[in-house]
Amino acid sequence: METEPWEDELTRALKSQFGDQISEFSIYREQKFLVAHPDAVVPILEHLKLEAGFDYLVDVTAVDYPKKEERFEVVYILYSFERRQRIRIKTRIRDGQELQSAVSVYPGANWLEREVYDMFGIRFSGRPDLRRILLPDEWEGHPLRKDSSILKMDQKWVQENLGIDSGQ
Amino acid sequence: MPEATFLDANELVLNMGPQHPSTHGVLRVVLKLDGEKILGAECVIGYLHRGVEKIGENRTYQMFAPYVDRMDYVAAVSNALGYCLAVEKLLGVEAPPRAQAVRVILTELNRIASHLLWLGTHALDIGAITPLFYVMREREDILNIYEKYCGARLTTHAFRIGGLQYEVYEGMERDVKAFCKKFLPRVDEYEELLTENRIWKDRLINVGILNAEDCKAYGVTGPLLRAAGVKWDIRKAHPYSGYEKYDFEIPTRENGDTYDRYIVRIQEMRQSVRIIEQAVEGIPEGPIMAKVGKVIKPPVGEAYVSIEAPKGELGYFIVSDGSTQPYRLRVRPPSFVNLQALDKMSRGSLVADIVAIIGTIDIVLGEVDR
Repeated sequence: METEPWEDELTRALKSQFGDQISEFSIYREQKFLVAHPDAVVPILEHLKLEAGFDYLVDVTAVDYPKKEERFEVVYILYSFERRQRIRIKTRIRDGQELQSAVSVYPGANWLEREVYDMFGIRFSGRPDLRRILLPDEWEGHPLRKDSSILKMDQKWVQENLGIDSGQ
Repeated sequence: MPEATFLDANELVLNMGPQHPSTHGVLRVVLKLDGEKILGAECVIGYLHRGVEKIGENRTYQMFAPYVDRMDYVAAVSNALGYCLAVEKLLGVEAPPRAQAVRVILTELNRIASHLLWLGTHALDIGAITPLFYVMREREDILNIYEKYCGARLTTHAFRIGGLQYEVYEGMERDVKAFCKKFLPRVDEYEELLTENRIWKDRLINVGILNAEDCKAYGVTGPLLRAAGVKWDIRKAHPYSGYEKYDFEIPTRENGDTYDRYIVRIQEMRQSVRIIEQAVEGIPEGPIMAKVGKVIKPPVGEAYVSIEAPKGELGYFIVSDGSTQPYRLRVRPPSFVNLQALDKMSRGSLVADIVAIIGTIDIVLGEVDR
């Protein structure tokens, strides 16, 4: 990805506050993003919400890179109504590593984190009710992981509960 | 402790759905009640989950385009616009002006169709049967225009990455203008039936209030946010597809209740007509496709692009690894995020109001579950 560096008053404020917890400030296709240490994500979100006016959490999602050691990239998209600006915060975690939940900062993170857990198996700590949201509770596996093939889904669940072969 | 009698049983758990006419699809809501008062509402969703995001990773960029129509199937054209814009962003191309104008016309018609279906079914839930027949009549006109344009009525696949597949058909301008002319008086008719109707007002005013602060906290967008007094519309805040050229207003209200959302959506339909009339007057001449190869291979990178869909902010976050298939394709659906606020909106209201509150969010389960 050919990125340009991102530098303005916001990045300077973040740098002075969080130092080397943030490893990258970049722009790609006019879209700004930063890469942060997993432990620093929630403090950064809190800072951005309270000090910089990013009061709307647009989305939380993840990308799976099975070949990398830090396998998952979790992406938070924030928006500020005041600045009319959208930024992304990314962090990289290993398989099995827990992330701190953002629900205390943005209540709207609740379902979004549940979906990330459902689809990728990434666990969030410090929040209630981390259950599957779209798939059935007894489902095995996390379908959006790259090693989960669309041809090999949870056949057992389908047969037991629906009484059909999946047709795949 | 004496055994509990029915007199002590003041907390009741009531299961509503997934097969319930007013849940607009297969939504299950578990309600905790104290008498008639709602103490909490928990949504159980996923009944329509098809794994759209996983399918996206296993299809080429063009092959996936028809799938997006099947998320919010009453606003298929909006979904397609968002997806095409996101891939175009990754490719670094822009649709030519002629394609942009046609896109705006079709998308705004789609907004009207979506709001009409919402209005009809919402009124039906409240007990007003008549509006449903009228809105279906007008929606039919819009679907006829789609059918003449691309052959499909509901899941249209009207756009292509880089522009349009089809030229406008002979007489499309005439059809669209005739619809606009006919439609505005029809909106007055709906308003005559509902806006000052006493039963309608009694059922909606001060029901399901969500103020601006809560909207932002829960990420609620679209008419719900505007009904709470936030003048924010992506078409104005971050114009795409040439929306900056058109003159229109963002209707807002103050209260953030169910009635205000009704007013906002009615006003939005009028504004959509205004946009369509301007767009159809001056469709520029020129090509309808940008220079996009037969094989679409965006460079390695990622982009998040969102549009103002009828239900709120619809976003696509696409990660490309330089191949013909998206490495990751995330859809940020407005219905899913807005539905999360149901619990907050319904707490403290009466059990009869839950039907009005579900209706006012304007969810489409195909999009909630994907």
